[in-house]
Amino acid sequence: METATKQTSFKSEEYFINMGPQHPATHGVLRLLLTIDGEIIKKVEPDLGYIHRSIEKMCERDSYQQIVHLTDRMDYLSSNINNEAVCLAVENALQIEIPERVKVIRTIISELTRIASHCLWWGVMGMDVGALTTYFYGFRDRELINDIFEETCGARLTMNYNVPGGLMFDIHPNFVQRVKDFITHFKTKLPEYDRLLSNNIIFQKRTIGVGILSKEDAISFGASGPVGRASGYSCDVRVHHPYSAFDKVTFKEVLRTEGDTYARYLVRIQEMWESLSIVEQLIDQIPEGEHRVATNAVIKLPKGEFYQKVETARGELGVYIISTGTKSPYRLKFRSPGFSNLSLLNHIAVGGKIGDLVATMATLDLVIPDIDR
Amino acid sequence: MKDSETIETMTNEALQNLISTWVPEVTFSEEASQFLTIHVPPSQLHLLMSQLKSTEETQFDYLFCLSGVDWGEKLGVVYHLESTTLRHMLVVKVEAEDREQPYLDSVYDIWATAEFHEREVFDFFGIKFNNHPNLKRLFLTEDWIGYPLRKDYEDETNMIIR
Repeated sequence: METATKQTSFKSEEYFINMGPQHPATHGVLRLLLTIDGEIIKKVEPDLGYIHRSIEKMCERDSYQQIVHLTDRMDYLSSNINNEAVCLAVENALQIEIPERVKVIRTIISELTRIASHCLWWGVMGMDVGALTTYFYGFRDRELINDIFEETCGARLTMNYNVPGGLMFDIHPNFVQRVKDFITHFKTKLPEYDRLLSNNIIFQKRTIGVGILSKEDAISFGASGPVGRASGYSCDVRVHHPYSAFDKVTFKEVLRTEGDTYARYLVRIQEMWESLSIVEQLIDQIPEGEHRVATNAVIKLPKGEFYQKVETARGELGVYIISTGTKSPYRLKFRSPGFSNLSLLNHIAVGGKIGDLVATMATLDLVIPDIDR
Repeated sequence: MKDSETIETMTNEALQNLISTWVPEVTFSEEASQFLTIHVPPSQLHLLMSQLKSTEETQFDYLFCLSGVDWGEKLGVVYHLESTTLRHMLVVKVEAEDREQPYLDSVYDIWATAEFHEREVFDFFGIKFNNHPNLKRLFLTEDWIGYPLRKDYEDETNMIIR
């Protein structure tokens, strides 16, 4: 009886708990300082900088060709798209006309990159909520895309395939056939993803109604990519500011209105179908021509300011270059999608449990080097 | 609320005229850029920003980039704005008065994303934002000396200078 009284009179107090920097669900070196009451989250404070390399400072010293290589190391799962962003910014500043062939190949490569990134995300998303099998399925299909990239670019993760003026090499003779084989293969595998995880009742209970983000908040917090689109916020850069060959293809911008963890999950699954359709539309339409136009060995941008945004697998990547006319930028800022998406984590995680935080974080799809540029 | 049909994307010229009527101190940049660029004195920054967000004709609800810049004599911040409904864009530049004690007003109450971005600017440029709810270093440790993205920052051990 005495113990029972003690228990009821026990005063609940808030306390701190560290999540990371080595926590498996943080996918890298992110440390979250959680203020919790029991298991209810009161506050999430991210502690960043464990792998900050100051890429922006390095850019002020490097040439534009060198900067392209640094961008691989930001969001490494969208490395091709990051490369493209810098190349497009430089090409627009120099007003170089890029061959149609390059535009089409770049678009195919960036959509394949998006599928590969979403495959990996899907695998680790399942793993985060306790379904280890998804990890192997996701990596199985991502491996095929990496093989295609390896044959054409010589690399599997940090591609360095784009250069200012075009592509480093032409595509491999096997490229078209292997991409077609992949499309056929993946069309039979994507429904498996739904059967295995999307329609799983345990998974749905972990994700539906968890971590809700309203459309107004999504815009205010600068959310982009699938995170913004799951809240009904039309933010696809490929639609609103088309670049490369995105104005030549038809695809649907995937939008949902629920704004919860499950909606963000479904948006990414649906996006893989859309990406497949974009690749399908272009793969037989690669025009003949040069894969690169000659640029000066030392690229000097004219004096002025240049901004280029692209849609990476995570959202809107912005490259802001201030040039004074020299071989290096005076200031170069990367507006990374992960940074803004992380900033809203506190807003949507408060009031939930730690388990919900893990599921929510998995659908924000954070890549830490993208945040710690 | 007016009919949504009557509110349209504003041309740069129309934006320029409208903003001049709000804050006459604003100057318009002639420098090469794809966006309309305006310079605003620090004292008018918060007023202008809240107007840009809340006015029906402008509706700049999306702050897509916030960058600190070391202009040499002064430190400043560049805001890239877009309207998600009307799809026009604008760049706002502001320079802090004093390089040694740079102060600017925070805009986190207008766009929530500014809270993190301003912390980043504070971390790397040392610009202090008035009314910011949690202004402390974001990437670097609390005891770090100096602000690395300033042009006069020196670190002989960690920096390779060519």
